[in-house]
Amino acid sequence: MSDVITRHEIVAPPETANDEIVLDIKDLVVHYVLENETVEAVNGVSLQLKKGQTIGVVGETGAGKTSMALAVLNLVPSPPGVIKSGSISVCGSDVLKMSTKQLEKIRGKDVSMIFQDPMTSLNPVMTVGAQIAESVKYHENVTNDEAFKRAEEMLELVGIPKARAIEYPHQFSGGMKQRVVIAIALACNPKVLLADEPTSALDVTIQAQVLDMMSELKEKLGTALVMITHDLGVVAKVCDLVAVMYAGRIVEYGTLEDVFNSPKHPYTEGLFGSLPNIEDRKAELIPIPGLMPDPTKLPVGCAFEPRCRYATSVCRDKRLNNHIVSDTHTVLCARYDEPGFNIDLLRGGENNG
Amino acid sequence: MAEKILEVKNLKKYFKTGAGTVHAVDGVSFTIDKGETLGIVGESGCGKSTAGRCILRLIEPTSGEVIFNGRNILKLNRRELKKARNDMQIIFQDPYSSLNPRKTVQEIIAEPIKFSKIMPGASKADIEKRTRELMDTVGLAERLYNAYPHELDGGRRQRIGIARALAMEPKFIVCDEPVSALDVSIQAQILNLLKKLQRDKDLTYIFITHDLSVVNHFSENIMVMYLGQAVEKAPAEELFANPLHPYTKALLSAILVPKVGANKARVQLRGEITSPVDPPDECRFAKRCNYYCSDCDKGTPPLIEVSPNHFVACHRVAPQKTAD
Repeated sequence: MSDVITRHEIVAPPETANDEIVLDIKDLVVHYVLENETVEAVNGVSLQLKKGQTIGVVGETGAGKTSMALAVLNLVPSPPGVIKSGSISVCGSDVLKMSTKQLEKIRGKDVSMIFQDPMTSLNPVMTVGAQIAESVKYHENVTNDEAFKRAEEMLELVGIPKARAIEYPHQFSGGMKQRVVIAIALACNPKVLLADEPTSALDVTIQAQVLDMMSELKEKLGTALVMITHDLGVVAKVCDLVAVMYAGRIVEYGTLEDVFNSPKHPYTEGLFGSLPNIEDRKAELIPIPGLMPDPTKLPVGCAFEPRCRYATSVCRDKRLNNHIVSDTHTVLCARYDEPGFNIDLLRGGENNG
Repeated sequence: MAEKILEVKNLKKYFKTGAGTVHAVDGVSFTIDKGETLGIVGESGCGKSTAGRCILRLIEPTSGEVIFNGRNILKLNRRELKKARNDMQIIFQDPYSSLNPRKTVQEIIAEPIKFSKIMPGASKADIEKRTRELMDTVGLAERLYNAYPHELDGGRRQRIGIARALAMEPKFIVCDEPVSALDVSIQAQILNLLKKLQRDKDLTYIFITHDLSVVNHFSENIMVMYLGQAVEKAPAEELFANPLHPYTKALLSAILVPKVGANKARVQLRGEITSPVDPPDECRFAKRCNYYCSDCDKGTPPLIEVSPNHFVACHRVAPQKTAD
């Protein structure tokens, strides 16, 4: 799957200023209001993405990654979901202020999403070609034949022979299905692509193929990519920027080098410590003690405090502010208010190389 | 020479389906020493879970021998099997579906004790005491004694599964992807628990997983499976330092290391896993192999010991001792 067929019809958008901001999330708060309680899924997330950049959003189950992504498409299921506050601008216009009509125009066109499970995100009674063409037909003024032709090109682009456009999803393997999903997402050449665990359901060798392909397409089409994953290996492979999420907030943000070479947040340190080291199989795993906090009862201060070995009495009640490590690197931890504080990197050295 | 606890010889499991015969496990042989962990890795559909279940006879194998502590498990009648299983337990992948939702933690853990009568004449109080002991061993808080599985998170549920397996005081446990459904921070907790139990209770494990970095961390020996067959088996260090089978090479190179700049070169494979339905007589990997030659059509290569304890099934490796 190395040589992706070049698509002539789509010319990469003209090289506008390279730092064009295509996705700008500011202070996003998403809650799920239930009868007796409120699940605080996303609690003030801000991030920016420029054209062609890839950000890895890392975190465990319940960190609020998927809720954040759904908010970008204004797809948070409501009720019970409520976007309490914040703004999300995609290519300059605020998604949260749009009418349904306007939203339908940008979904799939300016911003598209790849869902985790390729087995359930395709329509089983439509050929894959028709499913790709559907989105093209919706957004562009083309005839059925033209749309289907584009669908065939998209299939070739993701490495599937175009003759298979008339086949149904069940005739494809898992990796192939995920490629079809990617082809649908990219069919209208979106500026922003949200990928929610796109390779978690795939086998390792297939995962590697799909990731290689996504990286190549991203380069070629200049798409900005939000890669939501729990796998730090995937992040290391495809991302330029990293946002580590915990309990609905970004606890550490920086370039790949910042976060992987000199992690600052105790939770990031804990994540690295929990992973087996492929180069030293005898190295002990250092799990993060305890569990994720209950998202209906989050403290005012740091939600990681009960599991944190650096926690002091101030952590729980003090409102957190981002501590600026460098121009590109921020960390949300009260301890950094103390001059000279740093985490001591349990497995010092290995992750610093 | 360590004491051999389990020997599997030419284990086969075929499933007859409308489309043909699925060769899920096709002639797998290996031995495990007492106190050792054998990791079985492979991608979905390679037969690793089926092999694990055949060993316990949770699935009836088509043919082969499973010799556990000197007895062929496959020859036992029902009563003998029930007894033999006291020593052999399994921990399942999915802690959500492997626990009865209508039973409390206490009932789930106590059930095997009651069913197998391993504590003859035990009173209710004795069983309760034993249950609490087991909960303590796996790190479940006392207050969860009467909780139901749905009240607990994945990590805690997996601890119940482990406690249930330990209730029988087994000598041997098949761990079928025990951490795949868990988050990384919880995954590390469970892996450390399983390691500690192994040390404390001198357990022998088969550790089935698709996660290569986990298997490397956890097992002394690793067997790589592809389409129902073992293609390579070696000690963990040896396998990672010196993989010989072309499939193992590709698999290892596809591991994503959480490190900047560590993921560049990758062995590219053609195509995807072929169907295990009525596979042709040639090497199962031939269609995707970068080292394919006419020898590969001659039939399935046998697993040959190329250096001490390092076994490979590849026509290209056996004679020249390397695939390159």
